[in-house]
Amino acid sequence: MTDDKSAAERIPILKMGEFLLVTIQVEMHDRLVMALQEELTEAIVAHQSRGVLIDISALEIVDSFIGRALGNIASMARVLDAETVVVGMRPAVAITLVELGLSLPGVRTALDAEKGMALIRRSMRPSGGAAGARRS
Amino acid sequence: MPVVRDETLSIQSDDDVVRVRQVTRRWALDMRFRLVDQTKVITAASELARNTLIHGGGGTVRLEAMHNSGRRGLRLTFEDKGPGIADIEHAVTDGYSTGGGLGLGLGGAKRLSNEFEISSVPGQGTRVTITRWM
Repeated sequence: MTDDKSAAERIPILKMGEFLLVTIQVEMHDRLVMALQEELTEAIVAHQSRGVLIDISALEIVDSFIGRALGNIASMARVLDAETVVVGMRPAVAITLVELGLSLPGVRTALDAEKGMALIRRSMRPSGGAAGARRS
Repeated sequence: MPVVRDETLSIQSDDDVVRVRQVTRRWALDMRFRLVDQTKVITAASELARNTLIHGGGGTVRLEAMHNSGRRGLRLTFEDKGPGIADIEHAVTDGYSTGGGLGLGLGGAKRLSNEFEISSVPGQGTRVTITRWM
């Protein structure tokens, strides 16, 4: 029963070319946050993704647990040669986060998905010389 | 300080932490808190509910809506019967953590609130009260 529940609550990870797109639209249980870290790193490797876009526009709050998880995801992705951009943070969430003492060090942010995608494209390091050499 | 409404919730699992967030949100909406204040009080509630669960081994939160000569506030009291905190001043300091987190829970909740009180007896438990005024 517990298994059914956690399967139903999984956060979908969509593949879009070289990118992975994660749209968080459910209430973030702590265990769901932990599951996302694992599944996302697996997906980066499986799809050889170069960028991860995490849309948090539906999140009404980001507390220290969720904030730390976003930081962890960005670090793990970087080690796997992928850039992470968190997009769509609500203004009230930004104000609260900073007051909480969390400035999300190491997490790149953009106002919306389009700007986030552009940011990842610009920052993608060409691996070994020419861009896209990794696919050769 | 007249309390016009109150509700007590149990905190025994991470589902309950989510429920504390949802109920706090509903109360803040009912009381017509501004969006930023809503977000602050919900975030503080989330931090303290997780503390109650992880450090206190579970406990309760009591929500109270207060009216005092036109002034309205939401007070949340978190109580557990866990191991307690020996050095409270240290525990409220950012970066101090025994739960593997960032150590922002207590200090962060304090900054997000207008009033903050903590009392703890080692071996008997901890009580944290925050109030957010409108």
